[in-house]
Amino acid sequence: MSELAHPPDAETDYERVQRSPEFQALRRRFRAFVFPMTGLFLVWYLLYVLLAAYATDFMSTRVWGNITVGLLFGLGQFVSTFVITMLYARWANTHQDPIADELRQRIEGRDL
Amino acid sequence: MNAQLLAAEATEVGNPAVNIGIFALFVAVTLVIVFRASKNNRTAADYYAGGRSFTGPQNGTAIAGDYLSAASFLGIAGAIAVNGYDGFMYSIGFLVAWLVALLLVAELLRNTGKFTMADVLSFRLKQRPVRMAAALATLAVVFFYLLAQMAGAGGLVALLLGISSSAGQSLVVVVVGALMILYVLVGGMKGTTWVQIIKAVLLIAGAAVMTVWVLATFGFNMSEVIQGAVDRFGEGGEALIEPGKQYGATATSKLNFLSLGLALVLGTAGLPHVLMRFYTVPTAKEARRSVVWAIWLIGIFYLFTLVLGYGAGALVGADQILAAPGGVNSAAPLLAFALGGEILLGIIAAVAFATILAVVAGLTITAAATFAHDIYASVIKHGEVNPDGEVRVARLTVVVIGVLAIIGGIFAQGQNIAFLVALAFAVAASANLPTILYSLFWKRFNTTGALWSIYGGLISCIVLIALSPVVSGKVDPVTGASQSMIKNTSVDFAVFPLENPGIVSIPLAFLLGWIGTHVGKKDASPEKFAEMEVRSLTGAGSEKATVQH
Repeated sequence: MSELAHPPDAETDYERVQRSPEFQALRRRFRAFVFPMTGLFLVWYLLYVLLAAYATDFMSTRVWGNITVGLLFGLGQFVSTFVITMLYARWANTHQDPIADELRQRIEGRDL
Repeated sequence: MNAQLLAAEATEVGNPAVNIGIFALFVAVTLVIVFRASKNNRTAADYYAGGRSFTGPQNGTAIAGDYLSAASFLGIAGAIAVNGYDGFMYSIGFLVAWLVALLLVAELLRNTGKFTMADVLSFRLKQRPVRMAAALATLAVVFFYLLAQMAGAGGLVALLLGISSSAGQSLVVVVVGALMILYVLVGGMKGTTWVQIIKAVLLIAGAAVMTVWVLATFGFNMSEVIQGAVDRFGEGGEALIEPGKQYGATATSKLNFLSLGLALVLGTAGLPHVLMRFYTVPTAKEARRSVVWAIWLIGIFYLFTLVLGYGAGALVGADQILAAPGGVNSAAPLLAFALGGEILLGIIAAVAFATILAVVAGLTITAAATFAHDIYASVIKHGEVNPDGEVRVARLTVVVIGVLAIIGGIFAQGQNIAFLVALAFAVAASANLPTILYSLFWKRFNTTGALWSIYGGLISCIVLIALSPVVSGKVDPVTGASQSMIKNTSVDFAVFPLENPGIVSIPLAFLLGWIGTHVGKKDASPEKFAEMEVRSLTGAGSEKATVQH
């Protein structure tokens, strides 16, 4: 293991990578993407649940035939879930993976 | 109408020989595949994680197979048919929840852990106490989930095989349980995964055919499908298109709805059998692809159930569904019969059985891995056990869990399965999710915080359920019959008014984790945290695939 290559009180490879600006940037970008996105979809979902529970008249408004505001709101949750999924996957594939791979090799390359 | 007469009619729906024949075909095909897949089951990584060699799309399909349980297919379609819009809420919560797993949990967990949820939770904390707590929480979730599936099996059998005697139903539960033990014992995670993939394809294809069929019957106009359900319902049918039919009556029931909504959206990313599936792929990138595939498959399937639910309301009728032997859960099979006669019913029935079998297999291997890997190897043997010995214990656990599931299934008949699954979600969201998030994202988090949060969430959930109307004191105002687990209406210790504890237990568990961390001793060593953080985001040092295809 990599730790054995160092005296016990020295930094491990993981600590060195953790301190590196590349990793700090990777971590910052990850959190800056997933935390607001999580907040967004949770608020959007809670809004839906609250409206369904307490604004039943509004949700029962017919938009077209028997298609109500509530039904469209519900389908909107499906759409937002699909959109966020694809946004995240594309973002992570292009922006995060190359840097994560590079950092991984810094540690594992030394292991092998 | 005479409910007795309807029930008698419904019992004779379809041809039991056809149903059994199609199901037997499924069992035969999957058994062959499981036996072939089991040939390279050598190491613990093979047995628990399928050698980590599944691709993202394969695992995503298997996740859909694992997640779209009988509760989704039978329970949600039935809930929409009988309660209209309020039933739809289940599917929305079940779907949106996947974003928590995608954004916050799946990849980081894949990079950090080995076989179980406890691997991640105990990574930088005190091994034995945290592992024990995480293992107990896992077993509790699996227990509720298993009960739901077995209850579904019993109800389905009553309807499809025309077996209404409880002895006959119990016999079928035994057969289902024995088959499941065989799959998991022989096939391990690899066999289980293939069963789930096949089942997901069958289930989604079957639901797609029925959806198109229903829509075609109504000129491909969703509004007309809903109108059909409203007309068929008769007086008060308009309530089917408005929120609140099931949950809108009182302030308490609205709060119940909120509580359920919270448990659904936060529960998925804490379900141990779902988390374990992320270990079956070689990298975090494949774990991400798995979730993307799973979200699309699950989302599309839930859109189908919306059509199927209202379609069942229109073509079968809510009163006839409720009077059928399987109750609410029989909506989808009855709809299949109304559409395509006994052949389509046979196919859908076989798919529903396959669903139960596949989900129960996934739950069982999770429970077995948890017991053998976390409790036996780490807590009892202090990690000094060879992998062969661990897998042997896991296989033994499979048999024990299978037997318990059979016994539970015999006793759990007649419970609404969507509701039982909602309880499993409440436990997962309370006992598991806070600790998963804290340990992945909060540097200061420590052992005391983890133990307070896991045990606090678990115990508050179970106590609140025990003191809720689910267990005692809920009486149908019209008939005077008990709707609780305890059928004696004079027994009433339901001091907690909500049927779902999530709204109390989830914030409580988050709070306890925070307080415990501030009260307890600091134990997270900086190098262990650095390892976990770097590993979780880059995959450095993560478990590699054992088999190359």
